[in-house]
Formats: sequence, C-alpha cells, structure tokens
Amino acid sequence: MILWQTLRFAVGGLAANKVRSALTMLGVLIGVASVILLLAVGNGSSRAVKDSITSLGTNSLTVSAGSAAGGSRATASVKKLTVADAKALASEADSSAVKSVAPVVTTSATALYGNVSYSPGSVVGTYPAYFETANQKVGHGDYFTNDDVLGSRKVAVLGATTAKQLFDTEDPVGKKIVLGGTPFTVVGVLAAKGGSGFTDPDDVVIAPLPTVQNAFTGFGAVNQILVQASSADTTTAAQSEITRVLLGTHAIVDPTKADFRITNQASLLTARESTTKTFTVLLGAVAAISLLVGGIGITNIMLVTVTERTREIGIRKALGAPRAVILGQFLTESTLLSVIGAGLGVAAGIVGSHFSIVGIKPVVIPESVLGAFGIAVAIGLFFGSYPANRAASLRPIDALRHE
Amino acid sequence: MQHVIDKRVPAHPVPVIRISRLTKSYGHGDATVHALRGPSRPGTDEPAGVDLDIAQGDYVAVMGSSGSGKSTLMNILGCLDTPTSGRYLLDGTDVGHLDEQQLALVRNRRIGFVFQSFNLVPRTTALAQVELPLAYAGVRAAERRRRAMAALSLVGLGERAGHKPNQLSGGQQQRVAVARALVTAPAMLLADEPTGNLDSRSTEEVLGLIDGLNATGRTVVLITHEDEVARHAKRVLRLVDGQIVSDVRQAPVDGPPPALHRAGVSA
Repeated sequence: MILWQTLRFAVGGLAANKVRSALTMLGVLIGVASVILLLAVGNGSSRAVKDSITSLGTNSLTVSAGSAAGGSRATASVKKLTVADAKALASEADSSAVKSVAPVVTTSATALYGNVSYSPGSVVGTYPAYFETANQKVGHGDYFTNDDVLGSRKVAVLGATTAKQLFDTEDPVGKKIVLGGTPFTVVGVLAAKGGSGFTDPDDVVIAPLPTVQNAFTGFGAVNQILVQASSADTTTAAQSEITRVLLGTHAIVDPTKADFRITNQASLLTARESTTKTFTVLLGAVAAISLLVGGIGITNIMLVTVTERTREIGIRKALGAPRAVILGQFLTESTLLSVIGAGLGVAAGIVGSHFSIVGIKPVVIPESVLGAFGIAVAIGLFFGSYPANRAASLRPIDALRHE
Repeated sequence: MQHVIDKRVPAHPVPVIRISRLTKSYGHGDATVHALRGPSRPGTDEPAGVDLDIAQGDYVAVMGSSGSGKSTLMNILGCLDTPTSGRYLLDGTDVGHLDEQQLALVRNRRIGFVFQSFNLVPRTTALAQVELPLAYAGVRAAERRRRAMAALSLVGLGERAGHKPNQLSGGQQQRVAVARALVTAPAMLLADEPTGNLDSRSTEEVLGLIDGLNATGRTVVLITHEDEVARHAKRVLRLVDGQIVSDVRQAPVDGPPPALHRAGVSA
C-alpha cells in the first residue's frame, strides 16, 4: 500500500478542502519566496557595493603622509611624501608584490575651452601607472606616456564628466584647453565609471606629474603615492614592503612611529562587505520568521483537519489501521502542503528576483533556494508531527464516538 | 435462498469469546457509573462482573434498552475499548495483554465491524472502502482488488464499486460496510444495530447477508433493540443495567440460523 496509497489519501484529504489547503500553502509560499527574495536583495546590494569598490581597483594601496597611530603627529615632525619616496618604492620594493608606483598630486583649477569655463572636481598630476592602479580606463583617445612625463608635456586626460561639461558633443581629443592659465592638449577621455557616492569619479583632469607640479603645486611633497600590488592576494605583502622601504627612506626605526599611512582597498571592501552581510542577515531573519509563521499555519490547519476527521480516524482504527499508518497519513498531508507551497515559493522567489527592488538588482543565492525549500519541507514535517501524533494516539472508541 | 452450511464447524466448538468477571465503569467515587457490572457480590454492592462464553459459529443477539451496557459490551468485544477489570479471551488470546499495535492487528484480522451509522470513510469509493482493511493488512494491490470486488459482488454491489458514500442509499452503504467487514474473512462479525438506520426492505437485505455469513460458520454478535432482528439469532441475551438478565437459545450453535432454517422448511 504504503507509499502510493498514503499519497493518494493525502491528496484526497487536501483536495477535500481546496481553499483551506491553498491558503495554508500560500503561507509557506510567502515564507519561502521571501527568504529567497530578501536574501537575493541583500546579496544584490552587497554585490553592488563590491562592484563599486572593485571599480576603484582592489589591488591598489594608497600611501599618504601622516601618522598611522595619529597620536604622535603632534610630537614627531611629519615628513612629507616625495617623488623620491615613490622612486625608492619603485626600485627597492620586492617586485613580486609591488607592480607599479605612481606619485599623485591633487589640486584644483578652472578649465577653459573657448568661452566655456568649468571647474573639474580635481586636477591630478601623476605617472601613467596611475591609470591602471586606479582602474581608470581611457574610452576615447589615448593615455599620456612616460615620455610625456619626462618631457613635462602639457597634455591631459579628461574624465567623462569634465569632457561633457567642457566640450558637450564635440570631440575633445586634440583640442586645447586652458587649465589655470596653462594650455593643455587633450589626448584622451576616460570611460565613465558612474558615481557611487558623493564625489563623481568622472569629474577629473589627469596630467603628467611634473607638468602639474610646474604649473600649480611646485616641486615639493606629493599628496599620495598610489601603489599597485601584483594581485589581490599580495596586497598584504605589498603593504609590508612599502612599510619597509619607506621606514628606510624616512630613517625611522620604530615601525609604530611611522609618519605615513597605507590604506588598502581590500580592507575597505571587507568593511563594507561586513555591513552588507549584517543587512543580509537581518533580511534573512525577517524572511525566516515569515517561514516560521507559514509553518505554524500548517500546524493550525492540520489540527483543524484532525479534529474534523476524528471519526474517520476512528473508522480506520476500527478497521485495523496501525498507529504508524495514521501518523504517516497526516504527516504526508502536512508535508505535501509544505512541499507544494515551498515549490511554488521557489518559483515565485525566482520570478520575483528578475525585478529590481528598491533600486537593487537581486542576485539569487542558489543555497538559499535549496535551504528555503529544505527548511520549508522540514517545517511541514515538524509542525505536522504534533497534529499527526494527536490523530494517531486517539483511542478508537473516542474517535468513533466523536461527532 | 439456498445456502451451503459449512461442515467444518466442529461439533463441540471451543468458545471464540470468553469473558469473565468483566466490568466497565466510568467516573470516580460516588459518581461512578457501572456500564457493565454483572450481579453484585454477595452481601456487598460491589459488581462481580459479567461472565459470557460465545461458541464458534454462534449467532448471538444482545438486546437491551439504551444505557443497558450493550454498546459498551460490543466495544469491548471489538477491542475498541478496554474493560475496567476482568478478562477477555478472544480465540484463547488474552486481549488485555496486547499493546496497541497488536490490538490493531486483532481488529484487522479477527473482527469485522458493522455500525449503525455505516461509518464509511468519506470521499472514498465503495471499492476503496472494502480494500481498506486489506491494505492495512498489507495485501498486494491486485489481490486486494480481486477480493474486494468478490466481497462487493457477494453483497450485490459489484456494479457500484466506483460509487462514493454520498452516491449510495443507506441500505447500499450498509451493504458496503458488510462487504468491508467480511473481506478479511474474520472469525467474528460484530454488528452494532446494523439495521437501526434502515428501512424494512434494506433491513431484510442486510440481515439476509448476515444470516448467510453465519451459515458459513462465522460467529456473529449482533446488538439490537428490535425483536424482529433478534429473531434471526440462535441465541438472545438481554442486558439490563449492565447485567445479563436472560439468555435464551433459539437454535443450536451448529445448525443454520433460524431465519434460514425457517426459509428452508417453508421451501
């Protein structure tokens, strides 16, 4: 009998109360769908944060002046970072960890083209290695070269926003702009990265370091040194290399008294990821609660069913149905409720994840689909076991007398 | 009607049912109600319990007004209820010592029930109803179907196998219940006012079926409060207030049931 017959009885039992069964399944459906969907939203937002940080370049390390400890800044005379430091890093640091080094000066100036005047977010003077390290790609035209740096040529690469502001629909490549009184030739336009925060990364003018120093900042300290690690895995090694080299050039013995700071995109990424993880866990918890409520719905309806069918249970027992068969019958019914509900919930969750929710494109986690389905089925078994057990342990005479 | 009498019924049958000093009471203390008590013990008000032997192949009608304890007796005989005290031997087995699993087996194999209110499983076809006890006994599907169809044909409902209870008349439902009771070939048929809800024609049909079953050697215990029905039995017990007050034999144990005998004589 056992499996097929039990299944048939269960389907018959569910079909006898279609609306009730459908509503109970709806509870499970909503639970499962919300688990899948909310986790997908959490995952999607974490993916978005990750992408925006990755677009800054995960392998890049930023060295800036100032004490890492912060407290010793007042006592020790802070030595500024110089081009010499950058050169030392480029030549002395282990090349298996450090791929490239780019000193960076940042300033601001007003750009003029014809009668259009515009102040870009920042004017950056650096080496060509900067483009790769900072994940800045030229979309049109070309990068400036090492020759341009050596020759202090007045060439510039514009960010997408700056180019749009100054040239509108005109092709900027080859045109001359005047930046703070100095004429520059535009050699390239960066591909737009899209904003991921308050500052627009596309609102920038990038020019060779000596040119910018000559025109604006003077040949003193640089603001930052951008270092590219050879891979995401070697950032830690690169960080210790930088520390070693710079402690040498700055003649500092005690590493805790270092007068520079190294910030790491990867650590930023980890911090942001832990935030979004919390977010995902919260969403998951809310969804899990709704799944639990769906499970309680099953218990509720199965209790009603058992009460309603007490007489039928009595008849079956009088005909010699063993306890296990009655137990199996009601367990099958509740499990069937949860399996069908969960199946529909999975479908609803996956369909729903194709729509963007509050600006976040949900990304379904495959484990969440399996997990939610499995948990829902387990809930059907668990929450169905109480009513089923109650049905199975009814005394036949009491069950038969039940009206 | 022509019925073949089973010659294998032994001349001096061992009792299929033996109950001794059986009592059943509900409630506690002063509020105790003795549904089955038997005679009082000499000098006290304590119930001594009911003693009863029913022989293999007998056809016993238990009569009494409502509250006389006849339904309680039937429930205990059918292993649906447990006595408060006393012993119940079914085919020599002390039922009091069986656990739930074994009791389910006893109900399934040894006893066939027919209830006043038919007690068919709702939303289930006649065939599936009759298959049910076989399914619980673990009989294979094909064999189950064959035996169930045979039982339905025996009660004249072979054509109605696919009907659900709400598509059958009361008499037909009760005949399905009889088919369900006999399909496992139990030693004993317990019928609790099987004709209580039926019109006179259906009553005759159902009693005819039960008579026929008894004629083939099956022990029948039938509960009723109608003399008409009791006339079909070989032995009539009367219960009043939980005691057997009269025990009348209407026909020998190893003969045909009186109704069939009469029919045979008149034919």
